[in-house]
Amino acid sequence: MSHPSIVSEEEESREEIIGLLQGFSKGRENLIPILQTIQKRHSYVSGLAMKLVAEHLEISSSEVYGVATFYNQFRFHPPGRHQIRICLGTACHVVGGDIILENFERKLGIREGQTTPDREFSIERVACVGCCALAPVAIVDEATHGHMAPSRVEGIILGFQIEKERLEREKQAENSEEKELGENL
Amino acid sequence: MVRIVVDGREIFVDEGKSLLQGCLDHGIFIPNLCYLEDMEDPPGSCRMCFVEIEGMNQPVVSCKVEPKPDMVVNTSSSELLRLQRTSLRLLLSNHEAKCKACPSNRRCILQELVKRFGVRIRPRRYDHIDREVAEDIEHPLLQIVHSRCILCGKCVHVCQRQYGSPILTYARRGIDTIITAFGDVEAMYALCETCLACVEVCPVSALLLREPSGAIEIPADGSPEATIPCGGATP
Repeated sequence: MSHPSIVSEEEESREEIIGLLQGFSKGRENLIPILQTIQKRHSYVSGLAMKLVAEHLEISSSEVYGVATFYNQFRFHPPGRHQIRICLGTACHVVGGDIILENFERKLGIREGQTTPDREFSIERVACVGCCALAPVAIVDEATHGHMAPSRVEGIILGFQIEKERLEREKQAENSEEKELGENL
Repeated sequence: MVRIVVDGREIFVDEGKSLLQGCLDHGIFIPNLCYLEDMEDPPGSCRMCFVEIEGMNQPVVSCKVEPKPDMVVNTSSSELLRLQRTSLRLLLSNHEAKCKACPSNRRCILQELVKRFGVRIRPRRYDHIDREVAEDIEHPLLQIVHSRCILCGKCVHVCQRQYGSPILTYARRGIDTIITAFGDVEAMYALCETCLACVEVCPVSALLLREPSGAIEIPADGSPEATIPCGGATP
């Protein structure tokens, strides 16, 4: 279901979630508040978290899953390092925001609400970011990209990849410099 | 027992049962997809079992109505037919309808209703929507063919009846709603291995036994045809 790094992370969160659960009584009316608390703390609701909640409330985990997936506010994948938000408000929808979303999805091989296996990117759809004159709009991290076109999707992703490679190269160079220094001393 | 009149025919039905069940018991067929006899509170979600009752100003779903003495019921009028046709067309608009590859072929309730209502199995009136579903969780024994599923909820009902805390559930919402399983894989295996009531109750072969690497297990009382996974035609 998930990338190994995510699974180990989920395991680490186990104790913490069990701790959080102690603050709630066992009534099933607490289900949504609990899920909200978990999401606030961990920024997403993991499969393990849902099972723990079910155990605590003494309901079946499939019920928890059913409720959690019903609401748009819950996410089930940890956010990526770079968050891509596609506006699908009325103005963006009219000028093809869904095409932009689809292009990002295809380029990254994930669906809306998911995170790439390397944890670099996650895609989310949002409803109106308040700059309808720039429709269709994509917000990548903090930067707002107005008048988006499918052809610009590739460039945005590529920009991050080049940046990442550059950082890695610099790191390597630094490391080797340090090494050399160490050897010289 | 109360006396009611259905389509001009006088019948005596149990007051505790729904009007739909009463009619079915007397051989009066009212189309229905989401109703099971043991449901205490039927969902009434398929919108197929509409009837007209004298004194009520609009059609009602008969699975949600209790028969009252001297009720006069009409099960076939042009208005009802239109309602039922529309419901059926909407259901079919995201149903895969690859009948030849489907284990339910020839004993499928949808095929029967299509014939009865003179509706096309791929209605022209509505755009067809393919249900492409990326599955989060894989049930070790069950294969859920979402493109066939009509979301009648019978499987969720029998699962709930069997265990109290069900393994199958509705997930997501709106057009994305699916039937899915969630929980511990081992627990699912242990519970489902001996039950498979959902596979039996599914009217459209959307729930099938997964072709396991080992032997195919068939429920004790289920006929093998009901559970043989279809021949590689599933997505």
